[in-house]
Amino acid sequence: MIDPRVKAIEERTKDVKRIIPVVSGKGGVGKSLVSATLSLILKDMGYKVGLLDLDFHGASAHIILNADISKLPEEEKGVIPPEVEGFKFMSIVFYSEDKATPLRGIEISDALIELMAITRWNTLDFLIIDMPPGMGDQLLDILRFLKRGEFVVVATPSPLTINVVQKLLSLLIEQKMKILGIIENMVRDLSTIKKIAAEKNVEYLGEVKFDPNIDRSIGRAKDILTTNFGRDIKKIAEKISRSGDY
Amino acid sequence: MHEWALADGILKTVLEFAEKHNAKSVKKVTIVLGELQDVELEIVEFALNEMKKGTIAQNAEFSFKEEEAIFKCRNCGYTWKLKDVENKLNGEMREDIHFVPDVVHTFISCPKCGSRDFEVVKGRGVYISEIVVED
Ligand SMILES: Nc1ncnc2c1ncn2[C@@H]1O[C@H](COP(=O)(O)OP(=O)(O)O)[C@@H](O)[C@H]1O
Ligand SMILES: [Mg+2]
Ligand SMILES: [Zn+2]
Repeated sequence: MIDPRVKAIEERTKDVKRIIPVVSGKGGVGKSLVSATLSLILKDMGYKVGLLDLDFHGASAHIILNADISKLPEEEKGVIPPEVEGFKFMSIVFYSEDKATPLRGIEISDALIELMAITRWNTLDFLIIDMPPGMGDQLLDILRFLKRGEFVVVATPSPLTINVVQKLLSLLIEQKMKILGIIENMVRDLSTIKKIAAEKNVEYLGEVKFDPNIDRSIGRAKDILTTNFGRDIKKIAEKISRSGDY
Repeated sequence: MHEWALADGILKTVLEFAEKHNAKSVKKVTIVLGELQDVELEIVEFALNEMKKGTIAQNAEFSFKEEEAIFKCRNCGYTWKLKDVENKLNGEMREDIHFVPDVVHTFISCPKCGSRDFEVVKGRGVYISEIVVED
């Protein structure tokens, strides 16, 4: 038995210049908010951007962007990801009608392969991937299928995050993946992640302050950009865009 | 998976396989179509026949086998078929499942115990069961 979808995945992303999975290991650290905001900013900087939400159990990007998911994405020799806020967006919620989707390992992997095999991103400068927490199916499938991914690791100063992030970094380094760097999110006063970045010899992309008002902007993309959170992410987006001028 | 994307994946997989085996040409390919995904055989066939032109698979015969969808509950062990639960699925759900078959877990549950923790034993999607090449 040969699975024909695997070849299709390569084909669907061949005109994508840079693939950036936003990972952490830990949940609730801001991966989704960072992914969506990075997408908004890179698009405003003039880049062609796609955002893929691979967190099937905790899909969030459509909520942050207030995306209309009532219509199925248009079908044309594959599926054309709909435009949301000026960039291309794909999520399982289009197909699950935003209802609970209980899936086990192999089923998660199957859904991921299916989504990646049908979605026609066409030409993109950046494909941002919002990843679930953990080192489960989605991470392993990214390591398997998107070996040229440039990982952005999101961490918070909490000791509970540090431990998990260290393990994730070790795994990515061992697997010889390219790591763009670490974002330290929800910083109140002390940074703890600079030290971790230095230890692991990974770039520290910058800190994002804890922004007590950010939840009020969720669902209003334009507003996110004017928050302190948005401004902090902007500096990081500029760094990321420069890191591509090899 | 959408039919054209699917046909594209099938052909590329077949050509890669043939290249790996230093084959002169591809003679025959057998493709299994799972009932759950409900792809349109005619479109896949048409797309394959269009795309194979000018490749070493241009004279290949593509044949198709349809596979019934069978589910097995991981909670109580009950086994059932798609047609036993078809009345639970409206047109929109069928379409969702056509694109991403795994969302079947969103729309149906075990007819016996109600669990959504079930396995699609057979007939989920599309795969290649046989490639015959000429050296
Ligand atoms: N810099 C920040 N300041 C304040 N709250 C934040 C910040 N970053 C994220 N959050 C909040 O933290 C919660 C988790 O964020 P989310 O993006 O869903 O994390 P993840 O995707 O890693 O699980 C959300 O309620 C979000 O609004
Ligand atoms: Mg998230
Ligand atoms: Zn059952």
